[in-house]
Amino acid sequence: MFKYFQPNKIFSVTSRAPKYVFILFITVLSIGLVESLILSPEDYKQSHSVRIMYVHVPAAWITLGIFSSMTFLSIIGYIFKIRNFFLISKSLAPSGLVFNIIALVTGSIWGKPTWGTWWAWDARITSMLILGLFYIMYLIVWRIYEDDEKAFRMSSIITILGIINVPIIKYSVDWWNTLHQSSSINILAKSSIHSSMLLPLVIMTAAFALFSLLIFLMKYNTELIKIKNKGLDRL
Amino acid sequence: MINEILFMDGYGAYVWSAFIFTCLSFTSLYTITKVQYTREKKKFIAKFGTLESEKAAFAKSQTINKEILSNLSGI
Repeated sequence: MFKYFQPNKIFSVTSRAPKYVFILFITVLSIGLVESLILSPEDYKQSHSVRIMYVHVPAAWITLGIFSSMTFLSIIGYIFKIRNFFLISKSLAPSGLVFNIIALVTGSIWGKPTWGTWWAWDARITSMLILGLFYIMYLIVWRIYEDDEKAFRMSSIITILGIINVPIIKYSVDWWNTLHQSSSINILAKSSIHSSMLLPLVIMTAAFALFSLLIFLMKYNTELIKIKNKGLDRL
Repeated sequence: MINEILFMDGYGAYVWSAFIFTCLSFTSLYTITKVQYTREKKKFIAKFGTLESEKAAFAKSQTINKEILSNLSGI
């Protein structure tokens, strides 16, 4: 099954896909922006500041999703010695970090009108900041280690340590008294968010997911070309 | 209508700054990734050009190299 993940087999797809993903991303983002900034209603408590949710929540979801995927790929890649899984994981990291920064900054902007402060060392916010530090450490490892084997090992260790933080982020609002509100969307139970707000949230999440796919594809292609450049040097 | 969208009952500055920050982050990440991609591709094409004909023919026989040389996608 793993032979289908060989770079030679998938480059023909990954090199052509970005332009289609880009068009789809722009379309979905445009609809999402109209929905979230114009059509969706204001909140009865938070008024218009609730609109920040449409960038803050998707960014937080995607950064958590990307880190979980990176951990899964690193573990499988390390066990089965699949180099391409590390390449995929490495290509996912930059967009994961940017979404983490977006979640922190937009959360801070949302905090000012809602809580009266830009920042609080509260469990959710602090654990999210720690996730950002894991992303930074992961990216640094790939920069400092020339030897691929060492980079594979160290990056796997960082993702394994970092994944411990993911359930802490998710349940921090239930385990501790935090300024951050508890989750309004629940997959297993009834969500407390109204459908008029859920729709723009879903559209913006789709747009953000498409953007991370676009960046992943471009980064992955860059990494493959880098490898091929080294190959040409050896000829 | 326009005023309502811009000022949002006093919350406009917060909402717009969050959206603008997101858009700027997207644009920066896209631009950096695109620059890195273009640079690596140019490097590859330049290296390929300096290969002797025999080595170039061998390198071109590999599917992925052929794809890199043929696919001059705009993105």
